[in-house]
Amino acid sequence: MNKKLELFLTFFKIGAFTFGGGYAMVPLIREELVDKKGWINNDEMLDMLAIAEATPGVIAVNSATFVGHKIGGFWGSFAASLGVVLPSFFVIILVALFFEDFLKIKVIADIFRGIRAGVTVLIFNAGLRFFKQIPKTAVNYFLIALAFGLSVFLEFRFLSLCLLVFGFVFGLIGQLLKTGREERE
Amino acid sequence: MIYLELFLVFFLVGLFTIGGGYAMIPMLQEQIVGRGWLEAEDLLNVFAISESTPGPFAVNTATFVGYDLGGVLGSAVATIGVVLPSFIIILIIARFIYNFLEYKSIRTGFETVKVIVVGLIFAVVLELILKNVFGDGFDLKSFDFVAFGIMVSVFFLKLVFKKLSAIKIIIISGILGLIFYGIFPL
Repeated sequence: MNKKLELFLTFFKIGAFTFGGGYAMVPLIREELVDKKGWINNDEMLDMLAIAEATPGVIAVNSATFVGHKIGGFWGSFAASLGVVLPSFFVIILVALFFEDFLKIKVIADIFRGIRAGVTVLIFNAGLRFFKQIPKTAVNYFLIALAFGLSVFLEFRFLSLCLLVFGFVFGLIGQLLKTGREERE
Repeated sequence: MIYLELFLVFFLVGLFTIGGGYAMIPMLQEQIVGRGWLEAEDLLNVFAISESTPGPFAVNTATFVGYDLGGVLGSAVATIGVVLPSFIIILIIARFIYNFLEYKSIRTGFETVKVIVVGLIFAVVLELILKNVFGDGFDLKSFDFVAFGIMVSVFFLKLVFKKLSAIKIIIISGILGLIFYGIFPL
């Protein structure tokens, strides 16, 4: 079979059968890419996930682009990314077509009122999960408090964006200074 | 023009999402509710649907919001926008920066972005809790005990049953909503 078509179909399957994206995809990625196709070995997969997680973007698409490039260059990336995105795209359009009318039914509206409370907890738990992953240093606590405080008290459409850019520059420069100091010593 | 705006907003969201779907919620909230595209409640509905349908959370959300604002073309534009930064960045890394993981300063930069995300998410959560419980104002009389109760019970359920998946949490809170808003309203 054509490599690009194979990439497309494999990632289509990964996109169609994982809920939530990101880490939920890891078992299926391992099964499809490492065990069945042998496109990457286990170490390469771990590297790929480390890069996907440490760089901006959607983890699923990062992984697809990465494997696609390794197997089939630019068009391989393209085929794999398209594959991982398309199932979502079709399913969501189908849902979106009916959702607004659906919500007008009283029972459904009640259910979704409950669900919104549940989703709030999901978001809170995601915040806790991210918190557990970061080093517990005074600087990090300060940055969290700063981001929290500013976004609670300021109303500005690009505030999050500015804070994220600030975080990147802050971390980058901090690390450069630290490395420079260590080299001098 | 709505299509260009959709593309740019989701491109920015994709570009500044590090570490997975939920990291993009603060920016989505700011951009989508801030621009008056959706109400905060609608966006929560979208998150619920994105979490309970197959595929990456970020792509699902982009497709849904895009469809709401600009039909199928809107979906396509928003989805391409959210995906493109991933695609470009990973291609650059795969092609030119084989040893990306050794660039400590860039990695620390991205790590620090994740620290900021924690603060931003907790701010969004605070806002959402207030919104669920009090609605748009801060009137104590409109305190929504059901929403409060669902949040507390689902939180503790997840604490006790660590394996409880997001979809199950959504189903449970939906059932609780059906019972306490619909069948036996408090």
